[in-house]
Amino acid sequence: MIELVDVRKSFGPLEVIRGVSMTVRRGEVVSIIGGSGSGKSTLLMCINGLEAIQAGRITVDGTEVHARGTDLNRLRRRIGIVFQQWNAFPHLTVLENVMLAPRKVLGQSRAEAEAVAVAKLRHVGLGDKLQVYPSRLSGGQQQRMAIARALAMSPDYMLFDEVTSALDPQLVGEVLDTLRLLSAEGMTMIVVTHEIAFAREVSHRVAFLQSGQIHEIGPPEQVIGNPQRPETAAFLKAVL
Amino acid sequence: MFETSVSWNDMLFLLQGAGTTLLITLYAVLGGTLLGVALGLARATAPWWLNAPLGAVLDVPRSVPLLIQLVLVNSFKSILGLPWSAFTVACVVLAIYTSTYCAEIVRGGILAVPATTRRAARSLGLTYRQDLIEIVFPLALRVALPSWIGLTLGVMKDTALVLWIGVVELLRSSQIIVTRVQEPLFVLSIAGAIYFAMSFPIGRLGARLERRWREND
Repeated sequence: MIELVDVRKSFGPLEVIRGVSMTVRRGEVVSIIGGSGSGKSTLLMCINGLEAIQAGRITVDGTEVHARGTDLNRLRRRIGIVFQQWNAFPHLTVLENVMLAPRKVLGQSRAEAEAVAVAKLRHVGLGDKLQVYPSRLSGGQQQRMAIARALAMSPDYMLFDEVTSALDPQLVGEVLDTLRLLSAEGMTMIVVTHEIAFAREVSHRVAFLQSGQIHEIGPPEQVIGNPQRPETAAFLKAVL
Repeated sequence: MFETSVSWNDMLFLLQGAGTTLLITLYAVLGGTLLGVALGLARATAPWWLNAPLGAVLDVPRSVPLLIQLVLVNSFKSILGLPWSAFTVACVVLAIYTSTYCAEIVRGGILAVPATTRRAARSLGLTYRQDLIEIVFPLALRVALPSWIGLTLGVMKDTALVLWIGVVELLRSSQIIVTRVQEPLFVLSIAGAIYFAMSFPIGRLGARLERRWREND
């Protein structure tokens, strides 16, 4: 379970997260929607400790992320994150990209790591690209590789940070299909997205974030289908 | 017909000088690179209060003509009574000089690795060290290599200056022969050709590595 309690985060004088509380249970898919600069991506980075917070508390399965003495490297093994920019390691082949963390972080043998990596890459539809360098892949393929790279760590949670925003429109579908697949398999996911229709389709709950605050959170039929707050309605009207 | 009084013995003497040039280059580049990588890493990652003075110190060997550095260190060595040969002085001065340039090359290479790529590595659970070793260094190397090859070739030519403190390297050897046979153009041409023959393979090697990496990335 991921639990956020009154989380506050500032960049200098600018407060970007202003008291966010929410809970994500095992097996749940929660989408976070909201305009640019609403703090969605920052919130994800706080959850796996890539960003510090100024107040509040984030716990993952009882481990307080920002507590002194928390081993973030250990924590991050359980939380996969995929970014808007797919961030392939350009000097490694697709297979090596996926094998790197299991070998170095989990200490798996080459054979073990390779078996897992091949399985994960097949899972995201890249079974025929193992020995290719990332520069030879399309954006959608690189993004799927990034997903496989995160999955190879066998995380309990997956965070997706606008994973389709930097893709050409015709490549969005293949990445969303991969996310659908994971959600169908019961992966716990927090999905920051601009794809409202997708959020409505796969999410158990949707949170609407604006100016660093959650204005509305609930089942998609409510938040997207029948928003209770004027801010949510205005946002949806603008993007749909 | 072309006649010369340059003998085979003279040629051997020149090659011996070339050997000394290569050896000084090797020590200078090896020492300079090891020190330069450490300094460059510090420059790229240290907080400003360490970085600013470090940058200023590194500017000194880069801003003072190498010849002055050689002569000064050679003199101070005698004043301080250090048991260094002229050859050692040459290697030490050139290594420090090389390290200051190398530090900037390394720093540039490290800073060229996108922060987002490093964040992706850390998000997979890699430690700061693992991120440096597995991601940052290999990527920085690709950026830094062309400049580093250039630096190495430059240092090899700069070794000619050590004749001023009495090391008999390639240029000094040719001068000694010129004094005797009085054929400066011919002898200097040979010396130049030897410098070229030593530089050329290094440049080619660099170009080959670059090409191989470019095919991948």
